[in-house]
Amino acid sequence: MYRYDEFDQTFVRQRVAQFRDQVARRLSGDLSEEEFKPLRLMNGLYLQLHAYMLRVAIPYGTFCSRQMRQLADISRHYDRGYGHFTTRQNIQFNWVKLDEVPDILAALAEVEMHAIQTSGNCIRNVTADPFAGAAADEIEDARIWCEIIRQWSTLHPEFSFLPRKFKISVNGAIEDRAALRVHDIGLQLKQNDTGEIGFEVMVGGGQGRTPMIAKSIRSFLPKEELLSYLESILRVYNLLGRRDNKYKARIKILVHDLGAETLANMVEREWQQLREGYVNLPDSELARIACYFAPPDLEDAAETDNGLDRARRANGQFESWLEHNVNAHKQPGYAIVTISLKPEGGVPGDIDADQMEVVADLAQRFSHDELRATYQQNLVLPHVRKRDLHVVWRLLAAHGLSTANHGLISDIIACPGMDYCSLATARSIPVAQSISQRFNDLTRQKNIGDLRLNISGCINACGHHHVGHIGILGLEKNGAENYQITLGGRSDRSAAIGEIIGPAFSAEKIADAVETVIDTYLDLRQPGERFVDAYARLGRGPFKERLYATH
Amino acid sequence: MPLIKNGAITDDPWQFPAEDGPMPETGSVAVSLTQWQREKAVLLARSTPLGLLLTGNDSLDNIVPNITAYDLIAFVFPTFQDGRPYSMARLLRERYGYTGELRATGDVSRDQFLFMYRCGFDAFAVSAGNVIEDWLRAVSEISIWYQPTNDPRSALTTLRHKLHALE
Amino acid sequence: MKLEIVSANRLTDGRVVYLSHGGRWSEKIVDGRTARNDKESAALLTEAEASVAKCLVIDPYLLTISDETGAFTAMRLRERIRQFGPKVNQTLDQSV
Repeated sequence: MYRYDEFDQTFVRQRVAQFRDQVARRLSGDLSEEEFKPLRLMNGLYLQLHAYMLRVAIPYGTFCSRQMRQLADISRHYDRGYGHFTTRQNIQFNWVKLDEVPDILAALAEVEMHAIQTSGNCIRNVTADPFAGAAADEIEDARIWCEIIRQWSTLHPEFSFLPRKFKISVNGAIEDRAALRVHDIGLQLKQNDTGEIGFEVMVGGGQGRTPMIAKSIRSFLPKEELLSYLESILRVYNLLGRRDNKYKARIKILVHDLGAETLANMVEREWQQLREGYVNLPDSELARIACYFAPPDLEDAAETDNGLDRARRANGQFESWLEHNVNAHKQPGYAIVTISLKPEGGVPGDIDADQMEVVADLAQRFSHDELRATYQQNLVLPHVRKRDLHVVWRLLAAHGLSTANHGLISDIIACPGMDYCSLATARSIPVAQSISQRFNDLTRQKNIGDLRLNISGCINACGHHHVGHIGILGLEKNGAENYQITLGGRSDRSAAIGEIIGPAFSAEKIADAVETVIDTYLDLRQPGERFVDAYARLGRGPFKERLYATH
Repeated sequence: MPLIKNGAITDDPWQFPAEDGPMPETGSVAVSLTQWQREKAVLLARSTPLGLLLTGNDSLDNIVPNITAYDLIAFVFPTFQDGRPYSMARLLRERYGYTGELRATGDVSRDQFLFMYRCGFDAFAVSAGNVIEDWLRAVSEISIWYQPTNDPRSALTTLRHKLHALE
Repeated sequence: MKLEIVSANRLTDGRVVYLSHGGRWSEKIVDGRTARNDKESAALLTEAEASVAKCLVIDPYLLTISDETGAFTAMRLRERIRQFGPKVNQTLDQSV
């Protein structure tokens, strides 16, 4: 993974000192809250319902044991002993104190981390396929380009006061595990007819109150020219994006209003002026960054089982975990392990300090010191030898981290909702808890099969409800929490926005309603047909009929 | 209103006549794009320096054809959140070769200096405070730049390149 | 009877506080000073604004509470969550 050089290190230290000064000016009254707010947001600091919340960047979800241990320490010293992994591969601390935030940022800087641009109207922390560098279906490691984008976008002088926030995601594999099509810019690595590697560039995806799927504006961009092309898109957006209405300020609205073709032409014109300039990195710098992402020193282990089959047969729980939480690695003899942060009745994405240390130890001992945070709010050990899987599972199980539900109905994405968030209109966590308890039987979950259930506590859609196979949106109606169901959303290569199925359900009825949707699917599915495929075939009708006949 | 230019408080020689007011007989004047378009001939006949007072709504297409006529281009920031002048400033400096004074005015505070400076602004009309101390501190808080711009200081890629050349 | 009190977040740590007597702020809602009519509410808010100027709190506002024999409870769910904290590991069936 990337390591800071002396320049990166100097930069984050200066940034900490700068924020320490800004906090001091706020505490002394030199800065009003109105003046301070954009400054703290640029350093990931929100004021939520109960306290300040600090969102720490985990660029493209890649980190190491030393960083995870520091996060555990920070959670103990400055917070309440836990953290929350978000849908943007970041981690949030919910109880930090303003006057201690500069110290937290200094502690982060010690381990080459920061909270820069995890909020505000700027280019946000870039996200990627959490299996990057390990996935069997990979074209090229997306993280090389993510790191290049991270550096380019950090305190970009021209793009720090955009009309609205701006999210970029990169995928280097065949399967889209980075939800590219619901990002402001989605970059898909691909190979063209002559064997060159480049990007398909998609623009204008997003969720929120106006969900849209990104449009492709360039089918192939030579990879070396990425930054000049991004700078062109951002410049067009910065100049033309709406600033009169924050709900219409995202680039998706500009794409919609101008049309993708017009926007593509404007970007192209700007790019023709920029591409020969000095924005693109010199080859030496590209090579320097790429070096950090060279594959780890993996053994040339053959596909021998080393007792794996025996352990699998001997233990049904281990077998289930292998089936759901272990994915194919590009190197024979290795596997990618997903650590579910969705125990039955738990808070999706939450992890306590002890568990953080356990995961750090496992990464160090069994995964070449690498960890990933996923947009589904889980963690990943990307390079585990197959013969170590059983011991890894046992250690995870000993700390409540072996839930074998990755990709199943209880692997719920949920935003913090009104339990924490000052924007929320309803709670998300209790809904996630009640659904995971309702479907606690793993055999039943396996029978239901591949399913994404996503919950947001307000229309801003941080819980990605628009792209859940089953999406739940919490709203307030006459002082009570109400939950609207959408069906058929997906965030993969065939991304789609879910359709609202009908009137919302009360908090007491929402788990029943989800059960009715599932029962309808189970009754009507064809052999081997996934929920989302059955919904595509059947449409809203049968689900709506059953939901509103019985409730 | 203090004016910071080249790292020092400077007297402001510029006059900004009101949209519908009389044009000063002598001295440097800066006008809106509308005024410019309306009174271009008269303005060009003057022997004193000319400038423009722009906002993010103005199109550079209307400015570029006469770019050598201006000694000042000032952008008004109605709010610090209006980020359009940053792009416009870079275009003026880097693409259209504008070398005159590029001034930021309006909602301008020390926490924006650094971004503005790096986009090509070289003059800042600020409301109050220990302006020079603030300015000097603000532009020296961060010394590492990931992006190459027209800023005379080296961006990180250049620094890294130099470092590698030494190794 | 409709009662209002003023709440805000404390500047230094962001914690939920209620305007109490003598311009002080308390983490306990029971310490909150109550207003029984619009005039008293406006006076409370004015007093709270002075604390904003003194860098003690952020964004004070009025909220409605019920007074059941001295145990103040916020009327709106959002305010009850602010009052009692996040109810993690508690299902929806158990009301806040």
